[in-house]
Amino acid sequence: MTLLSVENLTVAFPGRRGTVNAIEDVSLSIEPGEILGMVGESGAGKSMTGAAIIGLIEPPGHIAKGRIVLEGERIDTKSPEQMRRIRGRRIGAIFQDPLTSLNPVLTVGDQLIETIQTHLKLPRAEARERAIDWLRRVGIPAPEARIDTYPHQYSGGMRQRVVIALALCAEPRLVIADEPTTALDVSVQAQIIALLRRLARETGVAVVLVTHDMGVIAETADRVAVMYAGRIVEVGAVADVLNAPNHPYTEGLMASIPRIGPRPEILPQIEGAMPRPHARPPGCAFAPRCPNRMDVCSEQRPELEGSAAAAVACHLKAEVPA
Amino acid sequence: MLGFLIRRIIQSIFVMLAVALIAFMMFRFMGDPVNSMVSENATTEERDEVRERLGLDQPIWVQYGRYVARAAQGDFGLSWRNARPVSTLLAERFPATAELVLVAAGLSLLIGIPLGIFTALRPHSFLAQSLQFLSLIGISLPTFVTGILLILVFSVWLGWLPSFGRGEVVDIGWWSTGFLTLSGLKALILPSVMLCLFQLTLIMRLVRSEMMEVLRTDYIKFARARGLTNRSIHFRHALKNTLIPVITIFGLQLGGLIAFAIITETVFQWPGMGALFIQAVSFGDVPVMASYLVLVSLIFVIINTSVDLLYAVLDPRLRVDGARASH
Repeated sequence: MTLLSVENLTVAFPGRRGTVNAIEDVSLSIEPGEILGMVGESGAGKSMTGAAIIGLIEPPGHIAKGRIVLEGERIDTKSPEQMRRIRGRRIGAIFQDPLTSLNPVLTVGDQLIETIQTHLKLPRAEARERAIDWLRRVGIPAPEARIDTYPHQYSGGMRQRVVIALALCAEPRLVIADEPTTALDVSVQAQIIALLRRLARETGVAVVLVTHDMGVIAETADRVAVMYAGRIVEVGAVADVLNAPNHPYTEGLMASIPRIGPRPEILPQIEGAMPRPHARPPGCAFAPRCPNRMDVCSEQRPELEGSAAAAVACHLKAEVPA
Repeated sequence: MLGFLIRRIIQSIFVMLAVALIAFMMFRFMGDPVNSMVSENATTEERDEVRERLGLDQPIWVQYGRYVARAAQGDFGLSWRNARPVSTLLAERFPATAELVLVAAGLSLLIGIPLGIFTALRPHSFLAQSLQFLSLIGISLPTFVTGILLILVFSVWLGWLPSFGRGEVVDIGWWSTGFLTLSGLKALILPSVMLCLFQLTLIMRLVRSEMMEVLRTDYIKFARARGLTNRSIHFRHALKNTLIPVITIFGLQLGGLIAFAIITETVFQWPGMGALFIQAVSFGDVPVMASYLVLVSLIFVIINTSVDLLYAVLDPRLRVDGARASH
């Protein structure tokens, strides 16, 4: 059974200048144990999609359209209290900045044990055993001693390991990892990615990996969804999307990754900037920047067509191989 | 931690020495003390004799040294007005001020913190908005005005509470307490309400803004994302972080309470140190003024040191003796 499916999700923010849709008509699905990468520029709606899934959209933002279904059960209509029981227990979350994600006045153990006890009614001693075990699994040396220390006594990379342990300690089936490596040193990034991949394999947890780093996607994800201006423009297996992108935006993204070898004079870049949510053009949002723009592009919005395995929203690829 | 404590104590000694110097200088501002001790037609020999007997012929630094040495033993000399030891006068008056300040400080915390939390958690509710508005009045109204209004309403119009004095007090050793009699407790209400009102509104507004700040942090968002209960997020995760800056301000304000007590004690004729000080000022009773200054400074220093120690209890990042960050 599909673990999570998001169907035609629109998140709206009412404001003084009218309602703005942070994401529009987003559909995606994820199978158990799968790692789905989500890439896109800042403001493309990657994190907003993650926040919608765990039910933590900042008011006045709200889900205006669509559904979120977790293990066959619709969750976007649940009460805040029901949603709280799902968060941590069935859907975990890993945050971007390990330096600010941990409470500075509580020990690492306190935070882990409380999370475990909130969801898995265990006695404290047993919860503590589990907490130590999780610290060991995420690669904290001497976990029996480190469990009683405070976050400031850990380095950035170690703290991100603690954050991962916190996200997984109540054994959710799905984890939303929002830019888990962005705030880390490059050398530590690779370790954290390897750890995530290992834990996903060991526990069978599915991961939605939100990032703007194509390298991380290439290394980690099974499938990738590319977002642009609040919509998914392309979905497919990582190898396919990276090697043979179908959408001109994905193509541009790929072309602008520096490669090892003879250096080009100028690194290719996509001209222009992503339109802001309240100034999106009526047709394809990428049309103003698209090198292959056609007349239809600025009039009619292309729908995402294809299967979950490979889909693209572009008039050029109307006859994309399914 | 021990090193920190020793450092703080040494710093405090220097602060107290400086305060003692200022207090000592007050004696010189009042002119030659010998003039006020001998009769108008005393001879120069008689004057010199008095001067010598009191040690006033010594160099000023020797006199200062003696003053400090005697003050350290609790001997602040005699009051010029009623010729009793200043230390005795202060000891008589200290319990009244201490009880007043204690009750006012307690009230401001016990009411201010819950109200602050409430207005932070329900910022848009009608009650929170009203409290915010009322607190503005509390912060801007001068305390003597609120004191006089309180007397007008509760003593003059309603006749519920006494408008002056401490009521009956019970002596426990040298400490006289108003906590043990009904009239003592009733007499405490109006002055402590007047004294705490400013602190209370300050603490409420401070807790509110700190709490709202903390609730926006990543670690609170992450706690929500882990499905922790609202109760735990608000009162365990957020409150502890909120209270750290609140304690700093409260520590500073506690000293302020003692200073403001002068006004409250004057309005309510409360027989405390503040009232003693005001009397001393009007009679030019320098030993009492100087000793009050030294005593209040000592209390400030003790409070500030305690607050610094409290930090370490609340904020693990300041516990310097703990394990260092490892990588």
